[in-house]
Amino acid sequence: MVKQSGPPRAALRPPGASPPEAAAGAPERAAGRPARRRVPLRRRLRRDGVLLLLALPGLLYFLVFHYLPLFGYVIAFQDFQPFLGFAESAWVGLDNFAALFGDPRFWSALGNTLRITLVQLVLFFPAPIGLALLLHSILSDKIRRFVQSIVYLPHFIGWVIIVSIFQQVLGGAGVVPHLMDALGLPRYDVMTDPDAFPWLVALQVIWKDAGWGTIIFLAALLSIDQGLYEAAAIDGAGRWRRLWHITLPGITPVIILLLILNLGSILSVGFEQIVLQRDAVGPEAGEVLDTYVYFHGIRSGEWGTSAAVGLIKAVVGTALVLGANKVAHLFGQEGVYRGADK
Amino acid sequence: MEPPTRLGLAAKVMTLVIISFVVLYPFAAVVMTSLSTQDEITRNGGLVLFPVEPTLEAYRVIFSGGTVTRALLVSVAVTVAGTLASLSVTVAMAFALARRELTGGRAILMVALFTMLFSPGIIPNYLLVKELGLLNSFGSLILPALVSAFNLVVLRSFFMGLPQELLESARMDGAGDLRILLRIVLPLSKAVVAVVSLFYAVAYWNAFFNALLYLESDKWPLPLILRLYVLQGQPLGADIAAAAGEVPPPAQALQMAVVVVALVPILLVYPFLQRYFTKGVLTGAVKG
Repeated sequence: MVKQSGPPRAALRPPGASPPEAAAGAPERAAGRPARRRVPLRRRLRRDGVLLLLALPGLLYFLVFHYLPLFGYVIAFQDFQPFLGFAESAWVGLDNFAALFGDPRFWSALGNTLRITLVQLVLFFPAPIGLALLLHSILSDKIRRFVQSIVYLPHFIGWVIIVSIFQQVLGGAGVVPHLMDALGLPRYDVMTDPDAFPWLVALQVIWKDAGWGTIIFLAALLSIDQGLYEAAAIDGAGRWRRLWHITLPGITPVIILLLILNLGSILSVGFEQIVLQRDAVGPEAGEVLDTYVYFHGIRSGEWGTSAAVGLIKAVVGTALVLGANKVAHLFGQEGVYRGADK
Repeated sequence: MEPPTRLGLAAKVMTLVIISFVVLYPFAAVVMTSLSTQDEITRNGGLVLFPVEPTLEAYRVIFSGGTVTRALLVSVAVTVAGTLASLSVTVAMAFALARRELTGGRAILMVALFTMLFSPGIIPNYLLVKELGLLNSFGSLILPALVSAFNLVVLRSFFMGLPQELLESARMDGAGDLRILLRIVLPLSKAVVAVVSLFYAVAYWNAFFNALLYLESDKWPLPLILRLYVLQGQPLGADIAAAAGEVPPPAQALQMAVVVVALVPILLVYPFLQRYFTKGVLTGAVKG
């Protein structure tokens, strides 16, 4: 409202850009802006020519592979036939959506997706926070670095390998069932139990990414003013009170940022992880929206309806991010965008 | 902060030991199983702590079969070519966008950043790759994943943090932008370039999704071969051993040997690069 005359403020300020900008930007901007206006566009283009050429391949990539495909969603409203193409395929209005909503397998995939995301939110989301707090509380640098380098490792392992490893450790012929046999417990194979599937998926995600997820929280913890802790300790605040009144408020913005971004992907669970295990537990428990699109669209050629699923996912995801961002602003939090609403 | 209580310290150490074990043990289990004989696997049911008679038989069989060797070559080639291509394009773009007064720089940056919030989805991507004539070519593994906006941001914010006087004085001396990038910026950015290379290389090495969508099975890279043999239980190498009149190595050992082949490159590179993460190359970039 206040800053109407200025250039539109950037949504999604590039992370990390702020310190140099704040340090070098102020004096340079005061002197630089009037001068910059006077440089004619042609001269500026000649000055920046090499740089623009350097940026061009990357820009083309983003336009071609991220923006151009969006037009492909027109087939959600077509009876798309690959040999006819976009132009010749018949328009069918909302028929694809109607067919989709009448398909019980779609609703089952939607339910599975939501169940898996929910379990993941409850189990996985707090894991990196707890681990980061634990790592942060370790006073020895050496030990902390050592543990960090161990827990970051699984992030770099592909899903195929991870599922194979889980199969080897938890699966029918694996380590854990063998141990249970040895202890005289009944046999149980978690890898093929449809009821346990969301829990298994969350467990695998925790194993892979809980360590990696600590990076962002450790950065937030490091930026908390140590003086606050000392002052609170002098005032007689105990360990838990300091955790509650200093540490948690210090990392709340990061938690909210990640929650908002998670909301945007509420209808997406890792395609790769799920498609690898869908057959082991059966489609009733293992089909999610992305695998539904894959099997119905690319495998069976139901292009229109699967594109409709993709469109619904994209619209719901974007709406949730924008809505949650708005709510975060109402509560005085920064959210994902800064300044866009202010 | 005051030192923690004894009990608290013990609890923390225990927790960390358990976490480290849970992360590391599965790797050990995989390697040990791949070295085991059938006897040992039957006796211990996958719980081979250390094989009494370790054997490399499983590795000999998978590498004589052809399929695994070919998939390995595909994965290595795609990883090397892809990482080089991605790195060049991303470094060039990040360098350009690190210049604050670049004409149109703000808009270009937004085009890139906005892609972090949405993805076009499976069907439109497939149709695009098909229209571009990339179906069943190795380009379909590289081009659709050429630049990651996250890596772009990591590089850009690192470049912006370099001492600007250095670049300014080079410019005074008449050095062009390309020369500045190659002679001054890149030599100062080895650590962050190494980290970004690792991210790209790992992504190409693990490429599963694009390969599944776009490639026929005779061009499959290692991850898809892994799925075929380990998760879908397709028998592997048994025919070769049988044809040679030998007793084939146990199926589990063969499967785990393929897993190890897929794991080793990551495990080899990781120790050299992980110190950069803990040194906080990323924290500056990740911090919003």
